[in-house]
Amino acid sequence: MDSSVLSMTTAMIRTEGLTRHFTVKKETVEAVRGLDLTVDEGELVAMLGPNGAGKSTTLRMLTTLIAPTAGTAHVVGHDVVTQRSAVRRRIGYIGQGNGAGHSQRGRDELISQGRAYGMSGRDAKRRADELIESLGLAAVADRVVSSLSGGQRRRLDVAMGLIHAPQLLFLDEPSTGLDPQNRANLQEHIVKLRAEHGTTVMITTHYLDEADAMAERIMVVDHGRLIADDTPARLKAQHAGDHITLGFADEHDARAAVPATRRLHGADVHVAGSCLHVRITDAPHVVAPLLHDIGELGITVDSVEVARPTLDDVFLNLTGRSLREGGAAPSTDTTDRARQEIAA
Amino acid sequence: MSVLTDTSTVFNRELRPVLRDPFSVIFSMIQPLIFLGLFAPLLPDAGADGSALQWFVPGIVVMSCLFSTSFTGSNLLFEIQTGAHERMLVTPLSRPALIIGRALKEAVPLVIQTAIIVGACVPFGFDVHLGGATLGLLMLAIMAVGLGALSYTLALASKNTEWLFWTVQQTVLFPLLLLAGILLPVDDGPGWLRTMAQFNPLSYVVDAERALFSGDYAADTVTAGFTAAVVVAAVGLVVGTRAMRNSS
Repeated sequence: MDSSVLSMTTAMIRTEGLTRHFTVKKETVEAVRGLDLTVDEGELVAMLGPNGAGKSTTLRMLTTLIAPTAGTAHVVGHDVVTQRSAVRRRIGYIGQGNGAGHSQRGRDELISQGRAYGMSGRDAKRRADELIESLGLAAVADRVVSSLSGGQRRRLDVAMGLIHAPQLLFLDEPSTGLDPQNRANLQEHIVKLRAEHGTTVMITTHYLDEADAMAERIMVVDHGRLIADDTPARLKAQHAGDHITLGFADEHDARAAVPATRRLHGADVHVAGSCLHVRITDAPHVVAPLLHDIGELGITVDSVEVARPTLDDVFLNLTGRSLREGGAAPSTDTTDRARQEIAA
Repeated sequence: MSVLTDTSTVFNRELRPVLRDPFSVIFSMIQPLIFLGLFAPLLPDAGADGSALQWFVPGIVVMSCLFSTSFTGSNLLFEIQTGAHERMLVTPLSRPALIIGRALKEAVPLVIQTAIIVGACVPFGFDVHLGGATLGLLMLAIMAVGLGALSYTLALASKNTEWLFWTVQQTVLFPLLLLAGILLPVDDGPGWLRTMAQFNPLSYVVDAERALFSGDYAADTVTAGFTAAVVVAAVGLVVGTRAMRNSS
């Protein structure tokens, strides 16, 4: 039955109108509002949004931790409300906290995790050995978890999530609290896992560079709604242009250079101090002619900078807010608190 | 079927840190040993038919059971905070197994502790009757499972408010302890206190333990003790299973 469901549709995740409300002090907080998502087999997608955007709430519904208020979600072909056990058997989940108990030893936890997924003692042990090896945990696997460093615990959490070789892996803000080196290391493991086993991966993150570096598709979520869903490259092309900054001797020169930009189609031009800012798609190809035209006007350009757009530009364009300061909005705070209260 | 396997998975996971570090069991016994060393000498001697220890030790055994099992929810509370509990909720482990396995584990350190306490008292004139002591241990183990399950339930209920766990635990612990006649007999107390003690399941367990450890198998006392222990276990597991189902 499982295979027929999957062959009918290759979607690993399909949600329709997925909604979740929390009641906090008699106030209803709409954490997730009518999400329609589809994730196909083998995809690596990132859900990007500021704190409290509804990312974790969505993930908690998809992993059967909380039930939706309205709407439906099918994960690996099974309903997250009526077929919870079937969903649980097929997914791996690496949450924000430490999956391994702090008073336990890493290897013990890996084996009991394997047993929890119905593996025999021998299989669980063999699989634990494999993962300890491939995640570089051999030196610490027999130590008590509380004595491990943050990076080591995170790798152990990843190993726990992979013990049963799930078809679909969820990671909730996997690199929060990790230093850049450990973060890169973790990303490498996830990308490798996907390349080797074709595992479908969905991560949530509020790190732009992480989404940019790993994901083939980014779902931008804000205030519980999906506001964009595309490849990083297309999101950037559609929602934020390249940025050319030309420096001049003074403001007079900068203003005098403006007429030279008239031949650029769809450019957004403004002068700030002694700088001329041009926002345009495909900047690398227009810089040379632009400089030539400015030269024709007899003006000297002191400096040139061409910046490719970042996902932060995309987010700013979509919401009018910078992702980096997203957590500061009061409504966001409430949602976040609501999530925490209901969550654990 | 799968509930059994899952229960054993959870049970083994809980037991493993105890097995890896058996001294943790001994450290948690400091409290009952202090009571035995510093409180028992204050008891008026029970007379020619038995030392004060014969009356006091079974009560201390029940007290140590009450203390360790009522604290055990804090382990779950900690795992709720670190994320280990959430990780287990996402696995296909059966929800009843998640609480039954944990509660069953409570019986193991309890049996070890009781054996040590009793063993330590023998040189001081405590008389052990093996058959009765074994039955007494079984009764304690049943009650430990129930009290443990109740403590876990409290932990689930206070997952976002840690102070609630400790407040309730402390508020309930001492009345249960004092009204069970563990430290001093309730029989000489005022009527209202004796009435309250009758509603305390621990009273029956303490009476039965005292009888059994002295080799007295009085049917009504022993039956009342087992009934109380089984009722605590049944209530604990039912309430706990419900709380665990609702926690995800």
